[in-house]
Amino acid sequence: MISRRAMVAGGVLALAGSGSLARAGRAAEKSFLPQGLPEGVYDTATREALPGKRPLIKLSYRPPNYETPLSYFTSEITPNESFFVRYHLAGIPEEIDAAQWKLKIGGEAAGKQLELGLAELRSDFDAVELAAVCQCSGNRRGFSEPHVAGVEWGHGAVGNAIWQGVRLKDVLGRAELRPETVEIVVNGADGPVLDGTPDFVKSIPIDKALDDNTLIAYAMNGAPLPHYNGFPIRLIVPGWTATYWMKHLNSIEARTTPFAGYWMKSAYRIPTGKFPIVQHFVSQMTAANEPITEIVVNSMITAPAEGHLMQVEETAEIRGLAWDGGYGIHGVEISTDGGATWREAELGKDAGRFAFRGFRFPFTPSRVGQYRVMAKASNALGQTQAAKQIFNPAGYNNNVARPVTINVV
Amino acid sequence: MWRILIGPAALFFAVGAQAQEDIALKAGTGRDVVEGYCAACHSLDYPRTNAPFLDRQGWEIEVNKMITAYGAPIGPADAKTIVDYLVANYGSGK
Repeated sequence: MISRRAMVAGGVLALAGSGSLARAGRAAEKSFLPQGLPEGVYDTATREALPGKRPLIKLSYRPPNYETPLSYFTSEITPNESFFVRYHLAGIPEEIDAAQWKLKIGGEAAGKQLELGLAELRSDFDAVELAAVCQCSGNRRGFSEPHVAGVEWGHGAVGNAIWQGVRLKDVLGRAELRPETVEIVVNGADGPVLDGTPDFVKSIPIDKALDDNTLIAYAMNGAPLPHYNGFPIRLIVPGWTATYWMKHLNSIEARTTPFAGYWMKSAYRIPTGKFPIVQHFVSQMTAANEPITEIVVNSMITAPAEGHLMQVEETAEIRGLAWDGGYGIHGVEISTDGGATWREAELGKDAGRFAFRGFRFPFTPSRVGQYRVMAKASNALGQTQAAKQIFNPAGYNNNVARPVTINVV
Repeated sequence: MWRILIGPAALFFAVGAQAQEDIALKAGTGRDVVEGYCAACHSLDYPRTNAPFLDRQGWEIEVNKMITAYGAPIGPADAKTIVDYLVANYGSGK
């Protein structure tokens, strides 16, 4: 038992399976979770570190789903060791030798079938880099009212990194695509446990695949991709949710017909017409529903923490991050009275339209009391965060402002 | 600059030991059936975190999805045992 426990990468609290000390420790430890999640998350979630990661919030071991605690978002760039981890299927590669990695490019819509190693990717194509937010479609699912089934994410299934790699369109240029190509299908090295489980395979429309900003990344924030973020290469689809950002990318296929796999036709879909989406995935749409595509405009307050205690006439800096689907953050408003009145926050440096945009607002309360602080971002299209949750069965696109309580004594 | 940072040492990655799964489900009729089938593909923190908000129909939909969409080889009798267990122990009580 000791040796098995010794293998755990997490802290002491994660190891303790029983005993009053462990229970007391766990209860105290749960302050890392935001309010509003299903009760079962408070009973079950732990803080644990995967290899190469800081302790994150473990929502499931297998497949590994770990989110970034709100307190880790201290800058516009999310460090690699803090970045969230999300897998669909438990068959994830344990050992990857980058020198042996092959990316296959072809499909029925390709005139040429080819295979590239990492060395060729680096040497044969222009290197580009781009800051972009990677956000799980289900980020904040745990706050859905009513609650819905799935990984019960809080705030932290999102991060912003500087991705380095090559343009997908440059790589596709080698494959001599037929003009009738409608979709590009991407697959990675992770897979199912059972033969009957559909492999996690996704497609993107050809116009998104040929977008200058869509990349095959081999580095993140100046270092190799962490294993749990897709080592050695992953797809980067800026502005769109992370379901398309295939990890451990090993196959790209061009098609003249829409891809009908489970993860396109049945999963990751939103009700048609309910969200303010500009870029639709037209070849995958039906009258009832459509694939999730763009990240809706959103923000989070990263400091002070929930329940912050301060004194009258003291100043607290309200800080946070805002982002959207690639139109660019235009402004962030702060309310300190639960949404009754709003004032403009100061925006941080513009690191590009796909990146996190920091904001700050000095708050100097003149009276004792409890304050409900909220942030509301808007983008260059004039879109802003939803005042009321747009309910959908999978809990996607939840961008309702969540108040942080500050107690002034 | 990043080219320099990607040294040969970083080109091989082995995960090594996976984190331990120490997830206990509540004692109850059918727990062994739930553990036997569900834990084949995912850790048991899934049902624990998806609680207690699903009613009987909600748990039926989830179990049925595992069978029809994910190919779990669960027969009707065991599926009912699993649903009954989840409703009794991780259900909304409705």
